[in-house]
Amino acid sequence: MADPVLSIRDLSVEIPTRHGIVRPVDGVSYDIQAGEILGIVGESGAGKSMAGNAVIGLLTPPAHISKGEIWLNGQRIDHLKGDAMRRLRGKEIGMVFQDPLTSLNPLLRIGDQLTETMLTHLPIGRAEAEKRAVAALEEVGIPGAAERVNSYPHEFSGGMRQRVVIALALCAEPSLIIADEPTTALDVSVQAQIIALLRRLCRDRGTAVMLITHDMGVIAEATDRVAVMYAGRLAELGPVRDVLTHPQHPYTHGLMASTPLASQGKSRLHQIPGAMPRLDAVPDGCAFNPRCPYATEKCRQAPVPRVSNGQAACWYPLVDEKVI
Amino acid sequence: MALVKVKNLSRVFDVSKPWLNRVIERRSKAFLTAVSEVDFDVEPRSTYALVGESGSGKSTIGKMLVGLLKPTSGVVEIEGIDLASETDAAKIDAIRSDIQMIFQDPYASLNPRWRVKDIIVEPVASRGGNTEGLSERLLEQVGLSVQDAGKFPHEFSGGQRQRICIARALASEPNLIVCDEPTSALDVSVQAQVLNLMSDLKDDFGLTYVLISHDLTVVRHMADKIGVLYLGRLVEEAAPEDLFETPKHPYTQMLLEAAPQMDGFGREVLPPEGEIPDPITPPSGCAFHPRCPIAQDVCKRDRPAMRQINGIRVACHLAE
Amino acid sequence: MSDFPIPVKPKSRFRLALESDLFYTFKRSPVAMVSAAVVLVLVLAAVFAPLIAPTNPFNPASLNLMNGFTPPMAPNAFTGDSFLLGTDDQGRDVFSTILYGMRISLFVGVAAVFFAMVFGITLGLISGYVGGWTETIIMRTADVQLTFPSILVAMLIFGVAKGVTPVEYRDQMAIWVLILAIGLSDWVQFARVVRGATLVEKNKEYVQAARLIGRKPGAIMLRHILPNVLSPVLVIATISLALAIIAEATLSFLGVGAPPTQPSLGTLIRIGQGFLFSGEWWILLFPAATLLVLALSVNLLGDWLRDALNPRLR
Repeated sequence: MADPVLSIRDLSVEIPTRHGIVRPVDGVSYDIQAGEILGIVGESGAGKSMAGNAVIGLLTPPAHISKGEIWLNGQRIDHLKGDAMRRLRGKEIGMVFQDPLTSLNPLLRIGDQLTETMLTHLPIGRAEAEKRAVAALEEVGIPGAAERVNSYPHEFSGGMRQRVVIALALCAEPSLIIADEPTTALDVSVQAQIIALLRRLCRDRGTAVMLITHDMGVIAEATDRVAVMYAGRLAELGPVRDVLTHPQHPYTHGLMASTPLASQGKSRLHQIPGAMPRLDAVPDGCAFNPRCPYATEKCRQAPVPRVSNGQAACWYPLVDEKVI
Repeated sequence: MALVKVKNLSRVFDVSKPWLNRVIERRSKAFLTAVSEVDFDVEPRSTYALVGESGSGKSTIGKMLVGLLKPTSGVVEIEGIDLASETDAAKIDAIRSDIQMIFQDPYASLNPRWRVKDIIVEPVASRGGNTEGLSERLLEQVGLSVQDAGKFPHEFSGGQRQRICIARALASEPNLIVCDEPTSALDVSVQAQVLNLMSDLKDDFGLTYVLISHDLTVVRHMADKIGVLYLGRLVEEAAPEDLFETPKHPYTQMLLEAAPQMDGFGREVLPPEGEIPDPITPPSGCAFHPRCPIAQDVCKRDRPAMRQINGIRVACHLAE
Repeated sequence: MSDFPIPVKPKSRFRLALESDLFYTFKRSPVAMVSAAVVLVLVLAAVFAPLIAPTNPFNPASLNLMNGFTPPMAPNAFTGDSFLLGTDDQGRDVFSTILYGMRISLFVGVAAVFFAMVFGITLGLISGYVGGWTETIIMRTADVQLTFPSILVAMLIFGVAKGVTPVEYRDQMAIWVLILAIGLSDWVQFARVVRGATLVEKNKEYVQAARLIGRKPGAIMLRHILPNVLSPVLVIATISLALAIIAEATLSFLGVGAPPTQPSLGTLIRIGQGFLFSGEWWILLFPAATLLVLALSVNLLGDWLRDALNPRLR
C-alpha cells in the first residue's frame, strides 16, 4: 500500500482544568490514503473535532498535544509552530467547517479571497490565479462563475457559500481536506449536493478527506472507511460497509441500532442505557463498560487494546451482529 | 372529532426596512409569506408530523398552534375553540393548560437562574394550582431522579434538559404537545432515549403530538400522519407507509431521494437541482415548479389545489 | 410504587456562590483581591466613622481654633496637640474630616447608582420587552440625554431643584438633590445595557415557554428576564459607582454639591485647594489621595468583574 497522506500515531490531547487534567483525545491512531474519505463519527464530547483541530494546529490553549505523532506526506507536523504551521495549513491542508461564514472574509470579494490564497501558496502570477479562481468556482458547481467571482460572501445562499468554502479549501491543491460537520447546517437537498461534490473532487484529484460528522447517514453515503470515537478513544476502525452493517464494538452496534432508520417498524427504538461519561470521569478499563451489556471484570480493569484497521477496541468483539 | 383543526391558515411577516430607509431607497414594503393556506386536522391521541426544510414554515405553524403567534388569516381550532378570536377568558385559560410545547434548543428553553423544581411546576404554580410533590413525581416519570429537583439547569446534559422540558410540558396535564424539533440538538443515542420517552408518555397519558421536524427518519418512526411542507404550503399529507413507499408529490420524492440512507454505501444519486427559493418572492403557480422535473405550463400558472387520491392528500396538478 | 426517596437538601445559594467560577477567578486575581480589600476597609471606615474618628469635626464644641493649620504628625505650636494628618484652617482634624467626608461621598455614590440602576433597569426592561413606540420614546430620550455631558445634566438638575426648594430646607435637601442629579444623569447606561440583554433573552425559548402558559408580561420581565440580565448590570453598577463618586466630588468641588456643613471629599478638596500655595499642602493632599484610592479600587474591581463575567471581551 502506498504511504498514507495523513498518519496519526497514538495521539493524545490534554486540557488542564480546574478539576484536573482531561483528555479529549486519548491514544488515537489512524491513516488516510490519497483519494480516500475517512469518516470520523461520534457523539458530542467524543473528541472527533478535537483530533481534527490537533492535525491543523488549531487547538485552543490550554489544550495541547501531550503524546503521539502526526505525519503528513512523510513529514512530522505535530511540533510545528506559528508560521510553518500556517503555511502548511493553507498549502497542504484545506479546511471546511460547519458554518461557511467563519471561513470567509465578509469584506472581500470571493474572487479576491481565492486569488490571494493561490498567490500565497502556488508559484503562479496574478492573471493565472484569477483564471484559476473562476475555474475553481466552476468546478464546485457555482453557476455563472465568471460573474460571481465579484460577489461578496453574504450574496450567496448557505449551500452556495459552502461550495465557495470548498473551492477555497481546494484552490491551493492540498493533499488533505479536513471537513468538520460540513453539511450539518444545510438542508437535506443541499446536503446531498455537497456530499456528491466532495466525493467527486476527492476521486478526481486524489485528495484525502477527513470527514467529521455525527450523522450516520452521511458517513454511509460519503466515506470509504470510518473511525468510531467514544470518550476520546477509537472504538472501531474499518471499511464503512463492515462497520455499519456488522459492527464489532458494542457501542457501534448500539449507536447504529438506536437510529430510527434501523428500528423501522418497531414501536420502540433501541436504547443504550446511560450517557457518555464526562471527560473528567472516564471509567477505568474500557470507557464504555458501564453501558455495555457484555462487560466483564476484565473490561472494568484492563485497558482495552488499541485498534488497527478492521478492528474494534473490545475484548469481546461481536461476531455476526447484523444491524441493517 | 379532530382535536386540532387548521383551516386555511396563513401567516405573513412584514420584513420591510425601516420607514426612512424605504423612503430614501425608494423601496416598497416587503412581506414574507411564511405559511400560506394550510389545512389539516389532528386526531386525538395521534402524532401528526410536519416535515420540511428551512423556510418551509413548519415552526411558524407550530407557534400559531400554541398561540405564540396570531394567524394573519385562517383559524386554528383546538377542542373547537379558536384562541385568536375567543373572548371568554376562562375558556382561553382552560385551552392554554391543554396545550404545551417542547422546544428545539434544550439549552435556551430552561431559565438558567431557576431551580429545576420551580421550572417544572411553573405552568401549575402560575395558575395557583397545587404543586405539592408535583416536580418529584414528574421527574421520576421522565426518568430523572428526585434528587435533581433542587439543581440548576447547567448541571444537566442536553438529553437530561430535554427531559426536564418534557416534565414541564406535562405539569399542566395537557392533551396536546407541540414538539418543535425536539431531538435535532441531541446525539443519536440520546435521541433514541427521548423519542422512546415521548412514545411511552403518549401511551400513558393519552397525549396528542404535533411533531415538527426536518428529519425524515424521526418522522417516519413517530408519526401516524405526515404533512410535507414546501415554502409555507402543504404539498402532501399521508400516512408514513404511503408517504415513504409511494410518494405522490415530486418534492416529496426529491426529499426522500436526497436524504442520506444508512445502507446507501457509495450510492451515486443525482443530487437535486437548485435550492429553496426566496420566500419573499415565491415562484408563481406551484412553488416547486422551478425545481420540478415534470413541471408543465399549468404548474407555472395555477397554484394546485389539495386533491384526495386513495386517502392521500396531494397538491400537484400532475400527481395520480 | 417504590419507596419515596428522601430528597437531598439542595445546595444553598451561598454554597453555590463559593463553588462558582466567579469566586474561583477572584481567588486567582491579586488585583481583584487587593482592590476588594481596600474598598472593604474604606467602606467600613466610612460606616464606622463616629467610632474611629478621634474628634467629631462638625461639633463646634470639640473644635479649637488655636489648633488651626497644624501640620501632620507634629505638635501644635500653641496647644501642643498632635494630629495624624494635621488640621485645617478651623482646627478640624483632617483624618476625621476625611472619614466623615468619605461617608457622605460613598452614601451619595451608592444611593445615586442605586437610583440610576432601578430607573434604568425598569425602563430598559420595558423598552426591550414591549418594543414599538414605547421603546422608541424611551431610547430616543436616552440618546438625547447622552448628547449632554453628564456633569452638565447633573448641574442642570441641581440648579432647578435648588430653585424650587425653599431656602430653609436647602442645606438639608442638598444631599438628596445631589443623589437625584447624579442618578438621573447615569440611568441611560443601565437602560441601554438592559434593553440589549432583554432583546436577546426575550427570544429565548424559556421566555416563549412562559408566554405559552399565559404568564403576564410583568411577571415574565421580573421573574424570568431580570435575573438573566443582572450580570452586565453588576459590572456597570460597579464602574458607575466610581464615576458617581467622582461626579459628586466634581460637583462639590464646583460648589454646587455637598454644603460645607456636610462636607464630602469633594468639598474638602475645594476647601483644601485654597491653602495649597500657602504651604498647608496636607489639607488638600489627604482628601484628594483618599478619593483617588477609593475611585481607583472600585474601578479596578469593576474591570475585573467585567473580565470575569464576559471572558470573550478580554
